[in-house]
Amino acid sequence: MAKVHVSTTINGEPAEFLCEPNDTMLDALRGPLGLTGSKEGCASGDCGACSITLDDQLVCSCLMLAVESEGHELRTIEGLAQGEKLHPLQQKFLEMAALQCGICTSGMLVASDALLRRNPKPSEEEVRFWLAGNLCRCTGYDKIVRAVLETAADMREQGTRESIQ
Amino acid sequence: MGRAEQGDDGTIMTELRYLAPNSLDEAIKAFAAAGNAGRILAGGTDLLVQMRAGVVKPGLIVDIKKIAEMMAIEETADGGFRIGAAVSGMALHDHPRFGKVWPGVLEAVNLIGSKQVQGRASAGGNLCNGSPAGDSVPAMVAAGAIVTVQGPNGRRQIPVEQVPTGPGRTSLTPGEILVSFALPPRPEGSSDAYLRMIPRTEMDIAVVGLGVSLTLKDGVCTAARVGLGAVAPTVLLVEAAAKALVGSKLDDAALNAAAAACSAACRPIDDKRGTIAYRTKVAGVLLKRTTAIAAQRAKGN
Repeated sequence: MAKVHVSTTINGEPAEFLCEPNDTMLDALRGPLGLTGSKEGCASGDCGACSITLDDQLVCSCLMLAVESEGHELRTIEGLAQGEKLHPLQQKFLEMAALQCGICTSGMLVASDALLRRNPKPSEEEVRFWLAGNLCRCTGYDKIVRAVLETAADMREQGTRESIQ
Repeated sequence: MGRAEQGDDGTIMTELRYLAPNSLDEAIKAFAAAGNAGRILAGGTDLLVQMRAGVVKPGLIVDIKKIAEMMAIEETADGGFRIGAAVSGMALHDHPRFGKVWPGVLEAVNLIGSKQVQGRASAGGNLCNGSPAGDSVPAMVAAGAIVTVQGPNGRRQIPVEQVPTGPGRTSLTPGEILVSFALPPRPEGSSDAYLRMIPRTEMDIAVVGLGVSLTLKDGVCTAARVGLGAVAPTVLLVEAAAKALVGSKLDDAALNAAAAACSAACRPIDDKRGTIAYRTKVAGVLLKRTTAIAAQRAKGN
């Protein structure tokens, strides 16, 4: 089958790749694009381990064709840290042991970041509902939910401090 | 999929092509020409899973998300709404007005899958997938939505309840594509609600789903529609339940009669999610609870 040429933007950088028409975005990320942070758990949209954003919308990259990314903007887990400086969510997940085996973690972080961009002050219930599409078989979720809530509080405080300065 | 493959019915499958046309006419032309090998891609949250499982092996995928009409949410001059078939649940959620006018339709659409799925999945896909348990469908039926479909022979409008004909089947003819849902203007004192019964709190398939849309005037119900899902091969419009509500003050006698009508309409399957007896009883319970929510909302309008 003739491969399709796709031009897109990933984590703010232009990206081009070749794919089969039936390849998923996750196939393209982990294959030709070499971005293996997004994980394949279920490949059917149930587990959220492959979460990315498409034009700021949280989606499962396993439920999207790679060819659909043409002309759109994607963000993956690889774009969360600023160089060597971890994103506050990543730092907090480490401090609060909000991960064990780590397979769900990149999806959890991408989904949590998408939540905090929409809603800087989520309630515990809102965090739990937002992350209902991200399955974790290790932590029991509690540490993850607390880490997201604490990060949100820290980022709000940081934001207040910066706006005063 | 690199070579031509032998399909289940003996036909030779050609390799997959992907098209994302900007115009509806172009989409219909390609879709109609592809015959049984064509599949429409909106959010893809059902199609990609089916392709992955090998249930469908399309020769052509027509992505309709570049067609403006498919992605538009429009409040019409008469106070109604027109929603493109490929509008995602999240886009509908983020619309400033839609959820105020149609809270029941919105809560039903927003029960489809996770936030990730919400970013992609559409009411149009939910309808055309033909599941009797699709959450948005009973709410759309209760709302009295009229769908526009377009095919090689032009456009037509049909009531939403006439689209599904059985599990996985619709009344759309070859080459026809669902274009949009039209929701009617709301008289004063109107609202709607949707409830589904599932054994957990999120991310599950309805055991029973029920939508109610009603209008109250001086405490009397002057109009009502009831949509009932997951208890028959298709989502049902339960006219007998609406009849029991209209003219009443939604008193116990009227609610009991409407609940009994919902239970009587059930022709459910018996499976691990719920027995026939359970689904039949829950249909009546949900009628009462959903009506109470819709009535409470209507009082504020």
